[in-house]
Formats: sequence, structure tokens, C-alpha cells
Amino acid sequence: MIANYGYKDGSGEFFIIIDTDKCDGCGRCVEACKWGVMLVGEDDHDPFREEPVAKVSDEQRKKIKYSCAQCKPESDRPPLPCMEACEPDAISHSW
Amino acid sequence: MEEKKEFWRWKEYNWHDENKDWKEASIVTAGVDVGSVSSQAVIMADGELYAFSNMRTGSSSPDSAQKAIDWAMENTSLTLDNIRFTVGTGYGRVNVPFAKKAITEIACHARGGNYMYGPTIRTILDMGGQDCKAIHCDERGKVTNFLMNDKCAAGTGRGMEVFADLLSIPIEQIGEMSLSVEKEPEPVSSTCVVFAKSEAMGLLRSGWDKNTVLAAYCSAMAHRIVTLLERIGVEEDFAITGGIAKNVGVVKRLEKEIGIKILEPKYDTQIAGALGAALFAKTLVEKGKG
Repeated sequence: MIANYGYKDGSGEFFIIIDTDKCDGCGRCVEACKWGVMLVGEDDHDPFREEPVAKVSDEQRKKIKYSCAQCKPESDRPPLPCMEACEPDAISHSW
Repeated sequence: MEEKKEFWRWKEYNWHDENKDWKEASIVTAGVDVGSVSSQAVIMADGELYAFSNMRTGSSSPDSAQKAIDWAMENTSLTLDNIRFTVGTGYGRVNVPFAKKAITEIACHARGGNYMYGPTIRTILDMGGQDCKAIHCDERGKVTNFLMNDKCAAGTGRGMEVFADLLSIPIEQIGEMSLSVEKEPEPVSSTCVVFAKSEAMGLLRSGWDKNTVLAAYCSAMAHRIVTLLERIGVEEDFAITGGIAKNVGVVKRLEKEIGIKILEPKYDTQIAGALGAALFAKTLVEKGKG
């Protein structure tokens, strides 16, 4: 499943995209994200999935533009810690 | 003083299949969808739709859930004890006291849409009271891609309610009236409900008639949804669930803009979430989890 967490408003489109088929629930993204955006737990949208999966916390979902901004400087943007930590390459950002 | 009419009010009702007897079913399950604006309870006998209710959500989620299920059971001789398993869904899903499990509305709309429109359904757009969700699913109704927008009221039922009140037009007539215009106006430029409302006031003052203002708003709403759908794309078959699916003014304009046919609903589009929840309840019992 491709899970798009985030929103679209007048200022743009802000989504963190998680490929839950690739995600193995290891939780390295949770450790890598200093702002508490990532979370690992039960798959809310697939009640029959047994394994844990990465997701964006409900608390953060509507403010990722601001939370993630701290890892996204205007210039010399380093690789995003959440994406870098993800070995199966399951995380991407829309902006 | 003249009584103020509630133009935003839509039809609340309950229904049960009089040709069926739930006592003959080996398993009765229920799904309760407590949404931000409306609540529905669906009761299924052996995985077939048996009864449902569709009403407004009150200030308390547990009370709304209870009222919805009581109303669905009305005149059926069913009691909560006869229902083997109930799944709660929607915005108030964790506050359904008699539900044994809560499942997100995204999963439930996909499953419910699969029942309502059959296994060929691939894209479901749920236009709810306060949010909007675009969902792709496979032939079994399992979610394969989704996106939700609940940060903005543009393109939601609540936005339409605001317009019904502003123009003093019953909400259920808005769609038809907006289609009666001879020439399609430019959509209102603002997608924000608050700004769209002020823009509409300005248009009325400048001499536009109500139908044209409604057309401009329905068109803006359809356009807003199209930009949201672009993120995940639309695969056929495509259907809309939720309250806005009943507004032909938005549906027809959306259909025109994306150039893809929107399936005609066979059931009340507002019960999709609760229907999916009731189907999950049955599967959970069969898997030995109930």
C-alpha cells in the first residue's frame, strides 16, 4: 500500500509517502527523526496486516510542513535522515 | 419572528429489508461510522445488507453511535445482544462503546465501496462532512494507495452546508439548481470556504442569481477535488462515496473535468464506511478474532 500522509493547502502540497509493502517496521526512521514525525505501529488502514509498519503520527500529520522544515534547509540540503535511515527505501517526500 | 429554516438539513432516515429475517442468518454483524457531520449504523445478516440508519452526529460520539444503532434496529426485533461483532469507524471510531474494534474509515470505505460497486472498483473518493479521501483498492477491496485531506474544509459537506444556509436553498436541491444555468460561470476563485462565502456574497450583490453562484461554487469544489486526485491518479472504475456524492452539481462537473465516468450509486453513498465496517466485523469473526 502507498500511504500518503499529509495535506494540501493554499501554500502547497506536503506529503510523506510510505510504501508499506517495502516497510519492514524496523523503526530506524523513528530513531532518525528528531521531531517525532515518524511512528511505528499497527497498520491502521489494513486490519489484517500482522507486522508493524511506519506511519506519520496523527499529531504531526497536519504540520509536517513545519516539522520537516527543520531537516530541509533552502540550500545545501543534506539527505533527509528518515529517508537515509530506511534500508528498504520505503519513505519519500512530495516536497 | 419568522422561524429560521435549516437549509443545511439533509434527510435522516432508517431502513431495513422486510423480505429478510435476520433470525435465519448464521451471523449478524454491524458497522458504525461516527463521522464529523453524519453517523451511520449498518447491520448485515450473513454479509448481506439487512438494515441501516443515517443521521446527524451529535455533540457526543458514544451517544451518536448508540442512537444510530438503535435506529437501525428499529422494528427489526434485533437487540445489541444479537449482534455478534461490531466495528467502529470514522472520526469518532474509538468512542463507539459497543464496538469490539475500531478500523479507519479509509480501510472501511474501500471495503464498503467494493461491496457497493463490485470488484471492478479501483478508485473511491470519499467526500465526507469535514474531510476528503482518495483511495485506490484492489479487487478484494484492500487499500493499495490513499490520501486524505482534513486540513481544509474546501470540498467537504460542511462547506456545502455553509452555502445552503447563505443562499437559503435546501442542501438537497443545490446540485440540480446549479446545473440549471444556461452558461457555466467561472468557478469562484477561492477554494477556502470562508473566502468563497465572502466572494459569493459579492457576486450576489453584483447581480448574479443564486443558481449561477451555486454553479460557480460547485465548479470550484469539483476543481479543488481534481487537484487533490492528481496526487494518486484515477483508475477506473471510479465512484464517489459520502454525502457530496448526492450533489449532482459537483459530481457532473467532476466527471467532466477528469473525463472519467463516475459510477451511479446503487446504495446510499453515505453508508459506505459503516458497510465496510460491518463486512470487516464478519471477516474478523470468521478469522477467529471475534
